Amino acid sequence: MSWAGAEDTFLSTSLATYLDKKLLVLLRDGRKLLGLLRSFDQFANVVLEGACERVIVGDLYCDIPLGLYVIRGENVVLIGELELDKEELPPHMTLVPEAEIKRAQKAERDATDLKGSMRKRMEFLDFD
Amino acid sequence: MLFFSYFKELVGREVTVELKNDLAIRGTLHSVDQYLNIKLENTRVVDQDKYPHMMSVRNCFIRGSVVRYVQLPPDGVDVELLHDATRREARGG
Repeated sequence: MSWAGAEDTFLSTSLATYLDKKLLVLLRDGRKLLGLLRSFDQFANVVLEGACERVIVGDLYCDIPLGLYVIRGENVVLIGELELDKEELPPHMTLVPEAEIKRAQKAERDATDLKGSMRKRMEFLDFD
Repeated sequence: MLFFSYFKELVGREVTVELKNDLAIRGTLHSVDQYLNIKLENTRVVDQDKYPHMMSVRNCFIRGSVVRYVQLPPDGVDVELLHDATRREARGG
């Protein structure tokens, strides 16, 4: 694997500066993964150690442990460095156990599906 | 190569990157590469309340493929220079 080219020594968008740091990785499907960056390549494929998925539903959140993850670069939206001295989440948010966040996720999904199906049923009305 | 060169000129300027997932991030352009991947420093999310997970993120790497817009300061664009460069590219390409 070749690192930054000679001309890019100062201007590199290399992920090398993020190695061994705790990162937030946003995926195209909306998932938020946290973990330590252990490896990467030119496609932004990434290896996260100690990865967990931070599920947020309203003011509730839960970190679900995943272990060692290899993320294919095409799914990566953003890789953010988490500042260790700053709060990762606003104070009003509550940490809940996995079972509860799964219930909340399902409730949110059902509500969205219901909204979608109601919209479909109204479509025949042909509003302007 | 034209936009890569153009963004290299903008390094150090404040920009707002709007992503295809509607997330908009304001920050200082730190670096750009041939894929138009972007690294921003001193970042602030535009609608912070909607994206609580981004609260402690102050610098980030954005994959070029997910960028919708890069919003530039109005005085950041030398339109004539850009026009000339584009005409040159069109002729040579």
